[in-house]
Amino acid sequence: MSGGELKMTETWLVLGGSSAIARSFARAAAGDGADLLLAGRDRDDLDLSAADLRIRTQRRVEVVDFDALDFDSHAGTIRRAKEFAGDGTLNIFLAFGFMPLQEEINASRDLARRVVDINYTAVVSLLQEAAPIFEAQKRGAVVVVGSVAGDRGRPKNYVYGSAKAAVAAFMQGYRGRMFRAGVTVTTVKPGIIDTAMTWGLPGVKGGASPDIVAKDSLAAAKKGREVIYTPWPWRYIMAIVKAIPERVFKRLDF
Amino acid sequence: MRWKQLDLAGWGRVAPVPMPTARPERQAELDGALRAPGALIARGAGRSYGDCAVLTGGSAVLNERLDRIVSFNAATGEVVTEAGVTFADLAAVFLPRGFMAPASPGTAFATIGGAIAADVHGKNHDRHGSFGDHVRWFDLLTADGQTRRVSPFSDPELFAATIGGMGLTGIIRRACFTLLPAASQYVRVHERRVRDLEGFLAAFAEVRRTATFSVGWIDAMGRGFDFARGIMETAEFAENLGTPKPRRPRPVPFTLPTFALNPLTVRLFNEFYYGRVPRSGRERERPFVEFLYPLDSLLDWYRIYGKPGFYQFQCVLPDAEAPKGLQRLLEEITAAQGASFLAVLKTLGGPGRGHLSFPISGYTLALDFPRRSGTEDLLARLERITLDHGGRIYLAKDQTLSRAGFRAMYPRASDFEAVLARVDPQGRFASDQSRRLGILPQDLRA
Repeated sequence: MSGGELKMTETWLVLGGSSAIARSFARAAAGDGADLLLAGRDRDDLDLSAADLRIRTQRRVEVVDFDALDFDSHAGTIRRAKEFAGDGTLNIFLAFGFMPLQEEINASRDLARRVVDINYTAVVSLLQEAAPIFEAQKRGAVVVVGSVAGDRGRPKNYVYGSAKAAVAAFMQGYRGRMFRAGVTVTTVKPGIIDTAMTWGLPGVKGGASPDIVAKDSLAAAKKGREVIYTPWPWRYIMAIVKAIPERVFKRLDF
Repeated sequence: MRWKQLDLAGWGRVAPVPMPTARPERQAELDGALRAPGALIARGAGRSYGDCAVLTGGSAVLNERLDRIVSFNAATGEVVTEAGVTFADLAAVFLPRGFMAPASPGTAFATIGGAIAADVHGKNHDRHGSFGDHVRWFDLLTADGQTRRVSPFSDPELFAATIGGMGLTGIIRRACFTLLPAASQYVRVHERRVRDLEGFLAAFAEVRRTATFSVGWIDAMGRGFDFARGIMETAEFAENLGTPKPRRPRPVPFTLPTFALNPLTVRLFNEFYYGRVPRSGRERERPFVEFLYPLDSLLDWYRIYGKPGFYQFQCVLPDAEAPKGLQRLLEEITAAQGASFLAVLKTLGGPGRGHLSFPISGYTLALDFPRRSGTEDLLARLERITLDHGGRIYLAKDQTLSRAGFRAMYPRASDFEAVLARVDPQGRFASDQSRRLGILPQDLRA
């Protein structure tokens, strides 16, 4: 608090707070001085993370039950987050996701729908709910963890990829709407990250640390960046992948 | 829970073992670990040197993502953490608040789960004991799928089997232990040259009563006039109340070819290490973490030993036998000229609480041997000498100990196996080490 200027407390609502990327992000944000509201389904797990963050950073950290598929509850979750932020600035880090194997999805119509509902419909529902709050707040940041899988549909992951592509398109429009209110909207596109989602997947050797995604996401939010790839080489990898003509791409096996 | 095929090895990188490996990120996922086909073993940071955290034909469960500090009481220093919390976490969070881990192994990358399983000790063992001495309770996932909160009061036998039990009683989920006051994030380190073994024994007889932290470094290549020469380091907390700048660790970028490490290069290194301390000794202020974990600034340092890997030997000899026993061990070691860097000599204050705890009151000697032809024979000779002098070998370092040697060194092994017969009668938890040493639930022995 230099020069007597009162600094606004930053508060992050972390949706999908048990995921490895969300946990890394929460540590990075709390370490940077933000308060946190962790939202997710595994209450016991979130309680552990909240205790850990309080001890490590001495910030205010609370937990709220949240299920992406319980659409009726979304309004309550957003309201709760705004209350928690109080006079501070509410920000959202949306990190939940669901990625079963494509073969499993191909065998189940319900599963295909769940993948779309969690990865896309729930994102729309939550952010639409939050929009008026951000427009009234006139500041803040919305960061959504998308995926490079949304940049190009592949036979091995196209239902998940299409949901992430839809999120990217939604975010483009949402970004324009929020821009008028002074709120920044960032789409984070991680490459292959070393998390439970990719652990032991056939063909996946390792992956980048979720800490890199967290650090890049926080930096991007602070700068109000629109779209980032993380770790950064994925921007160039995906530029090449996107440049392959569809006629050729459909024959490729990856 | 998904299982990923990984090649796992101890820090010495001798003979990696392909294992299906789970890495739960939430406590709820950990329950699924017992669905592993066949036997399994929990694994922390992989910083033990030998084969205690690998299992040929079995599965591994990593604790590294279960890394949360669950509670902390600043009045008592009591802390509860998940098993994957590391000593680096403890130092970063609690040193600035005036608390330190009660016992620290040589690397801050080690986890609390591993620290309990190996009942690790540090440079303050005389004064503060080993890690297990400060554990109040832990939650243990046992072979029957139950999670038990184990304390010295609730189940003294299972407690004693798990402290220093090398992961064979189950998977530690979280633990409650007590941190000790740390007056500063800096220590004043006093270094002086010691000419020979007699000099070391005299120095230790003095400092183990007076110093908070003490460690000796012996030139393991020194022959003739240089035999058993070295540096004695002692440390006390400094007055300095500042916060040191964190170190930027550097990796060893690639596995060195084996010829890089030969008697000549190692002798040069040891000569330099000895010579850098002036004849008159010196005292300097150093960040506490750099004193505790000197090698942590060099990531992946096992690569220095090349593709074949290396063994670490560590034994403890009881006080009365130490002068003769250390003399014989060092004669054997220096005669081999096996390109060993410095040997570490420390004193231990007394026995640990575990059935298989390593510490006893005496002198402990630790050093690396690059794996070359003849190294296994040398280790067998060192085991013999250790045994002749009533000592024991540290299981967290071991990859070559014989069954007979183990039984003679660890007289409470049968107590340990009686506990296994109760909590793990089928032998779900095992490691290549436990199989080599013939550690089995008592029923399966019959």
